[in-house]
Amino acid sequence: MTRVFMKGCEAIAEAAVRAGCRFFAGYPITPQNEIPEYFARRLPEVNGTFVQGESEVASISMVYGAASAGIRAMTSSSSPGISLKSEGISYCAAARIPMVYSNISRGGPGVGAIQPAQMDYLQATKASGNGGFEMLVFAPSTVQEAVDMTYHAFDYADRDRNPVLILADGVIGAMMEPVVLPEMKSEEEVRSIQEAKRVWACVGHKLDYPNRAWIEPGHWQTSDMQRANEEAAALYKSWEKDVQVECYQTEDAQIVITAYGISARIAKSAVNLLRKEGIRAGLIRPITVHPFPYDAIASLDYSRVKAILDVEMSIPAQMLQDVQLAVKDRCPITTCLCSGGNIMGREMIIDAVKNLLK
Amino acid sequence: METNLCVAGFGGQGVMTLGKFLASATCDSTDKNVTFFPSYGAEQRGGTANCFVVISDEEVGAPLGNVMDDLIVMNEPSLKKFINTLKPNGTLFINSSIVPEETGRDDIKLVKAPVTELALELGNAKVLNVIMLGVYVGYTNVISPEIVWDTIEHKLGKKPKLLPLNKAAFEKGLELGRSQR
Repeated sequence: MTRVFMKGCEAIAEAAVRAGCRFFAGYPITPQNEIPEYFARRLPEVNGTFVQGESEVASISMVYGAASAGIRAMTSSSSPGISLKSEGISYCAAARIPMVYSNISRGGPGVGAIQPAQMDYLQATKASGNGGFEMLVFAPSTVQEAVDMTYHAFDYADRDRNPVLILADGVIGAMMEPVVLPEMKSEEEVRSIQEAKRVWACVGHKLDYPNRAWIEPGHWQTSDMQRANEEAAALYKSWEKDVQVECYQTEDAQIVITAYGISARIAKSAVNLLRKEGIRAGLIRPITVHPFPYDAIASLDYSRVKAILDVEMSIPAQMLQDVQLAVKDRCPITTCLCSGGNIMGREMIIDAVKNLLK
Repeated sequence: METNLCVAGFGGQGVMTLGKFLASATCDSTDKNVTFFPSYGAEQRGGTANCFVVISDEEVGAPLGNVMDDLIVMNEPSLKKFINTLKPNGTLFINSSIVPEETGRDDIKLVKAPVTELALELGNAKVLNVIMLGVYVGYTNVISPEIVWDTIEHKLGKKPKLLPLNKAAFEKGLELGRSQR
């Protein structure tokens, strides 16, 4: 396995190309500009298409169009840009269009700060647009994980005919780390993936209405709209099997940290340092933040766990709400937070754990 | 074993390139974990720029810590900004052409290299970062100089004309670093 040293944003883009992504449209915003920049150079090499749209709305709408024609398509942005794209994301979810997008998140709300933050958890997991739709949301904590998640995201999107979100942050996007890249899908494989979507994709059909492909982001008949909602709800329920979580040193832990993405890898190193001092700390890291791994937290032995420490680069805490749902008041929950572009320090986490044991 | 390094200077002094060469060489030549994290403003030249390199036998937690084992400062503002992040017994590498020796700390090791002047002597002010990289590798022996040179050679592949100058700069730095061990 050859390791290459890559920047998170570039690695995400390369992973997408290797997964067969042949269309990208985006609009510049820090700290994810290396994603469109990389696609702009790379996609022409594989007969793909890169477009820098005139706006976020235009870009997501182009992705909606390309994906409607069966092409593996992607867009990317950062926090305020994602908000602008929410109309198109909701349309893709309504029309059941498989596409992948990444949020390399930064400080917020509003224009916020250009530095890394985790201020978009609730938007990403609960309401990325109007209409109550849901998506699989993956939260990488290393560049390797960002690569693997992006590569497989296209399979999940196609399987479900639904958008998939990679929720990363400015640290994962900007940092460089060794990665092993996944295999490049051959042109035949990419073609056969597209071919399999002919049954529903808008690729040109005879004008026989019963067999015609329809891409509909809404319905005129109330009964049709309700049926679409019910079908979507059934899909979302089926995701229980897709929950991914890492439980690290939780078997005998007295203090359990909950954290995702960049905060989780920093928390993990704090756990290692605390263990060296004989302090029994552990970490639960949601890998899918939606669906959320409630069971992993709910099934902790609360006769042993003294407290939960929720660590996020967000003020106020957001994932905390899901943690509370799982803990159900069986032990105290406190938080260790920073925001605004400040990056979580492992000393902060270590101090917070020690405070809980006083 | 984990080493945290911060490289800081003016934008345009090549601090990112210095950090990237070191991190990239570590990735290519060892099975260690390594991260590179850049931090800079909107400016391409002027302003301040700094990067963090973490080299570790275990998984890297924070790609930028607040306690440094080694600190390289290429200009005076960076010294003021980062001197207190250096741990006791840590090593400070200064561009002694423009950074004063008075650091206010007597619990650290100091390695001096007048890289701005040396680069001018070599005929190109831009290679100051490659000299400093040589100083760092020569002093710490963190990875073998041959591997670092292979990485520089590879990265400069498209501009072979620049190789002799960079080779001279790197070796000058190595010599200076080794002599202060």
